Amino acid sequence: MHISILLVSLLGMGFIAAVFGFVVLNSGPRDEDFGGIAKRGYFIRLWWFIGLCAAGVLVSVWSLIPFPLQASSAESPRIIQAVGRQWSWELASNSVETGEPVRFRVTSQDVNHGFAIYGPDDKIVAQTQAMPGYFNDLDVTFEHAGKYRVLCLEYCGVAHHAMVAEIAVTEKH
Amino acid sequence: MTTTELRYATPEAQRAPVVKLYLGIGLLVFAGLMLVGALMRAAQGATMLTLAPDVFYQLMTLHGAGMVGTAGLAALAVNWYFLSQHVQLNPKIFLATLLLSLVAVAMIVGSILIGHFAAAWTFLYPLPAFSLGQWSKGAALTFVGGLLLLGVAFLLVYLDMGVAIVRRYGSIARALGLPMLFGREPIDATHSPTVVASAMVLIVNVAGIAVGAIVLIMTMLHLIYPALAPDALLMKNLIFFFGHVFINATIYSAVIAVYEILPLYARRPWRVSRPFLAAWLAVTLMVLAVYPHHLLMDFAMPPWMAIMGQIVSYASGIPVLVMTAFGGLMLVYRSGIRWDAASSLLVLSLFGWAAGIIPAVIDGMIHVNLVMHNTLWVPGHFHFYLLLGVLPMVLGFASYLCANGQQGRTGLVAVAVYATGGTLLCLSFLVSGALSVPRRFAVHEESWQWLGNVGALSGGIVLIGTLMIAVPILQKLPRARLASTGIGARA
Repeated sequence: MHISILLVSLLGMGFIAAVFGFVVLNSGPRDEDFGGIAKRGYFIRLWWFIGLCAAGVLVSVWSLIPFPLQASSAESPRIIQAVGRQWSWELASNSVETGEPVRFRVTSQDVNHGFAIYGPDDKIVAQTQAMPGYFNDLDVTFEHAGKYRVLCLEYCGVAHHAMVAEIAVTEKH
Repeated sequence: MTTTELRYATPEAQRAPVVKLYLGIGLLVFAGLMLVGALMRAAQGATMLTLAPDVFYQLMTLHGAGMVGTAGLAALAVNWYFLSQHVQLNPKIFLATLLLSLVAVAMIVGSILIGHFAAAWTFLYPLPAFSLGQWSKGAALTFVGGLLLLGVAFLLVYLDMGVAIVRRYGSIARALGLPMLFGREPIDATHSPTVVASAMVLIVNVAGIAVGAIVLIMTMLHLIYPALAPDALLMKNLIFFFGHVFINATIYSAVIAVYEILPLYARRPWRVSRPFLAAWLAVTLMVLAVYPHHLLMDFAMPPWMAIMGQIVSYASGIPVLVMTAFGGLMLVYRSGIRWDAASSLLVLSLFGWAAGIIPAVIDGMIHVNLVMHNTLWVPGHFHFYLLLGVLPMVLGFASYLCANGQQGRTGLVAVAVYATGGTLLCLSFLVSGALSVPRRFAVHEESWQWLGNVGALSGGIVLIGTLMIAVPILQKLPRARLASTGIGARA
């Protein structure tokens, strides 16, 4: 997913760069008929606007239904309390089985922290914020066994980068 | 200029010196803070440089607060300069804003370098009060007080701008062009885009700074009376509303340079129209409504706010892509434009702004935010906006004012160096984000360090490009007769 996001972004930015490049390369010679250029430009702009709106509606519907942050449909996920504090994580359990629905109930005892689960490939699997006074429920079902890490992704002071915990995910018996 | 405009305009002799001060100080600070940014990336690369974590986070706070504040002031100079052609502004108030800002800067820099304050420019509550011995309560109060003073300085000049606009146009809504948009008045082609943009900036940024002042005062009270502890989620909402609105107002102030100068180069007019006014009204509303896209990972927020954040995040990019970027390109196409430092910087700024929308909008999707939030993807997209958007607008403006465009090929080479370094730096951030490299980490794991080195080298190239553009400007600035570019009469 991560690389796909990068590629889609680069594609979009490449398109914009190409349009700018085309116009800069065609900035001369001067055409005194700006009225004519504007007329054609407004026509393109109208379809550009319609296209962007249409794309927005499609992407919004595709990405928001069902609502991505709603609780998992698992009837009784295993709940693991996760408490952040400067500068460590306290997890009620550090071991999980693959395929087991888990709900991390995340909070903080002091400042804001970011509870981000990194997979064995060092890519983010999921995340939520750890806030004082609030519990954020993060539902995760680990698909692959291995060593996962929890890193803090909300800047929280001088040892922010060292705030790490581990989760061992084993194959389901 | 018409007779009416002359009657309202601030005399040129009064405008020039203060604008020069803003630009001169701004360019020097930008260069210094770029060096800080490059050093931070080098420290993350761990090959060329090592920094102790406490020093890194102090520099990070300095870079963030300094860049946001300086960009805000430089964009204000662009806005004030061009607005003063249409309304009578008070240069003494503009100077007072600068002086107050310098006091604020001294407080902020002192709190960081002497007091070791390092809670990032976002001062996310309640971190300023939880230093665990890294900084004192006094240092935190000085930093927060500095930001508050900066806000007061902005409100001071906004008050003058607001009064002047109302004196000439009757109301802020009329300056924004609402009667024309809704058909109560015919479209007046002489109504300046600068006035429309200024009205928008006034509306959103007065609201943004007012909210910022509230959250800063609440943070100060919490520092003095720890028992007085506001709700953390409420504070987060207020901080991100303030931060988002302020930095957006900076972009929408600086873009006035494009509206005013590019038509001179292209020798074609950039006139208001109903779609133009509709776009600016939409932007006014969306800039105020979009901030929840910063809080998508706060699941305690109501779901409707997350949905609104995603949708408005996408929608707020449309006016830029459809009106400003497209309008600028239409102006340039087959215009026979003369390419020099100023004109190429202004077109680069439109590209940087438009291109930055893509990764920003994608990160604004909840699905994507789950894996990209607070990675280096975020500085990736906002460096497109700021380094390749706002800064080229300011540099293009300065270059235009000093007739620096006359330097010809050297100026174009400088812009090419700047654009190359800037693009590489932004891409290094985006690639880092795609590899899940966290933002705001003083120490990077070995597998991430090569990206820090690429970032540091790119930052070095940006700094060289900036100096190549800025040094000739700074040399000419004291004697420059503003707006004497020799590129022809106004379109």
